[in-house]
Amino acid sequence: MSRGRFGMHGGQYIPETLMNAVIELEEAYTYYKKDADFIRELDVLLNEYAGRPSRLYYAQKMSRHLGGAKIYLKREDLNHTGAHKINNVLGQVLLAKKMGKSRVIAETGAGQHGVATATAAALMDMECEVFMGAEDMERQALNVYKMRLLGARVHGVHSGTATLKDAVSETMREWTNRIHDTHYVLGSVMGPHPFPTIVRDFQAVISREIKAQCLELEGRLPDCVVACVGGGSNAIGAFYHFIDEPQVALIGCEAAGRGIDTLQTAATICTGRLGIFHGMKSYFCQDAYGQIAPVYSISAGLDYPGIGPEHAMLHDSGRATYVAVTDEEAVQAFEYLSRTEGIIPAIESAHAVAYALQQAPQMGKDKIMVINISGRGDKDCAAIARYRGEDIHE
Amino acid sequence: MSKIEQAFANGKAFIPFLTCGDPDLATTEQLVYAMADAGADLIELGIPFSDPTAEGPVIQAANLRALAAGATTDQIFAMVERIRRKTDIPLVFMTYANVVFSYSSKRFMQRMAHCAMDGLILPDVPFEEKADFAPFCAQCGIDLISLIAPTSQSRIERIAGEASGFIYCVSSLGVTGIRSSITTDVSAMVDQVRQATDLPVAIGFGISTPQQAQQMAAKADGVIVGSAIVKMIAQYGQAAVPHVAQYVREMKNAIKRLD
Repeated sequence: MSRGRFGMHGGQYIPETLMNAVIELEEAYTYYKKDADFIRELDVLLNEYAGRPSRLYYAQKMSRHLGGAKIYLKREDLNHTGAHKINNVLGQVLLAKKMGKSRVIAETGAGQHGVATATAAALMDMECEVFMGAEDMERQALNVYKMRLLGARVHGVHSGTATLKDAVSETMREWTNRIHDTHYVLGSVMGPHPFPTIVRDFQAVISREIKAQCLELEGRLPDCVVACVGGGSNAIGAFYHFIDEPQVALIGCEAAGRGIDTLQTAATICTGRLGIFHGMKSYFCQDAYGQIAPVYSISAGLDYPGIGPEHAMLHDSGRATYVAVTDEEAVQAFEYLSRTEGIIPAIESAHAVAYALQQAPQMGKDKIMVINISGRGDKDCAAIARYRGEDIHE
Repeated sequence: MSKIEQAFANGKAFIPFLTCGDPDLATTEQLVYAMADAGADLIELGIPFSDPTAEGPVIQAANLRALAAGATTDQIFAMVERIRRKTDIPLVFMTYANVVFSYSSKRFMQRMAHCAMDGLILPDVPFEEKADFAPFCAQCGIDLISLIAPTSQSRIERIAGEASGFIYCVSSLGVTGIRSSITTDVSAMVDQVRQATDLPVAIGFGISTPQQAQQMAAKADGVIVGSAIVKMIAQYGQAAVPHVAQYVREMKNAIKRLD
């Protein structure tokens, strides 16, 4: 009976009020993903508007300095709006438009998904409302301004921990309130079916390009693909076309926050257990009674107590490996990549860079590692400066 | 006839909801006795959840207050055991999938049966996902209550066909909470449900005044009221018992006259 399973994970654990909406969405997506016009329009948007394909850049200085694997950076940070989020958003907003919807709503953590949604809504003439934790609005004030500039209404969410999970809950509530003209542009590979599949398909362009680019540059596939994981959309995008290539190691970097032995962490695979929340069965940070944990990370985009169901399955099967990276390690990697390659990564992506700093030196010079730089770090500069004890004003 | 169906045998049923542990479990216990005395036919006991996605602000806040005050699933079971020594009023739990799943569905239903709970409402478990819960409910004699929403339409027949206890008809789109008016065509929804099942039908979401209760009860077998009561508990805290009892009496009287 249940639909949209990844092993035992996934499903559609949502109020009855939303069931016909997700069924309608699945039907529309099943039709349009094979529709030649839809595919062509989306390709034009991705290429001409978002700037795809993104580069696979050989980080020569970093590779030489670390003295091990040859490191390539997949430059999703160079996309329009500065992150991988636009790939999914252009797909979903175009789909919503085809479905006859006139309004989109979205949650956002760091603000990147909110900005991307507001951008696509402006481009495609859709009304747009974004729900953002009040705490995150403070951490990412510039993105709040951008969303408003793009014509979106931004609602502060004060319930619970006032961060990403509460923003997701509030957007779901808003969707139950107004379904007929509204599409929920979910920002990660999470939530009820068909979202984990739709978002993964729209993000899979990342691994499709990495594969072709690596073959062209190196004549072979990489040995290892590394990406940060909150809900997991950039990671599943970077992994997807390598899942059936067992020689390619897939590494997801979770946010350990202040450490996985503390309560101030967001590392779901490392510290969570099986549960049901936000429409899906997957792993969640929770207490003994199933109360969802108030997670923490320096990165607003990884500050989420769950992980997408496909990642949960890849963890169960051992096909992908999930490691935890602390705030301190991520900040050091943020600074390292800025100084070494002149690329300021998003603090989220810096979690993946941190893994490379540890592991690349252990790998042979004949090995190839690809790091997905999922976003750019302009938005994080003020917060990192504060972390280092320097008070700057945007 | 299950105990839940009996709750609909005293004319139109009045079904109050409260969140266990708000402000504390001792007050919850007293509220249950007072509501039973005041004419409640069935009581919905909410087990608090950190992230209640189907609730409006009033019940969300009650969930967080109860958790902050330290209420746990085990303490709530212990409270129900105490309640069962004094009243056999039909009782159902209302909570979220993860509270039951993380406890282990099997163990949860066994404890429910042990303390003579009658039913379970899980607003984030639609028909398609009930396999995690329904088999254990059936084994333990617990009615897993099905919800039907204004958007259910063609799904109604399937849902109602496999339902047990009563049918919870959601009056409006959106989340729980007090509404000044209910604009959905509730009659049409209830008619469709009646064609698919003989189970009693109760309407919830948005009902707070005796007039609204009368209007809704005229179309169904009972009404469910949550936010209006939870708001009173938020206002009066431990002193809420007589206020809530008075309110329940008024509401039951308002719908009684329809019989």
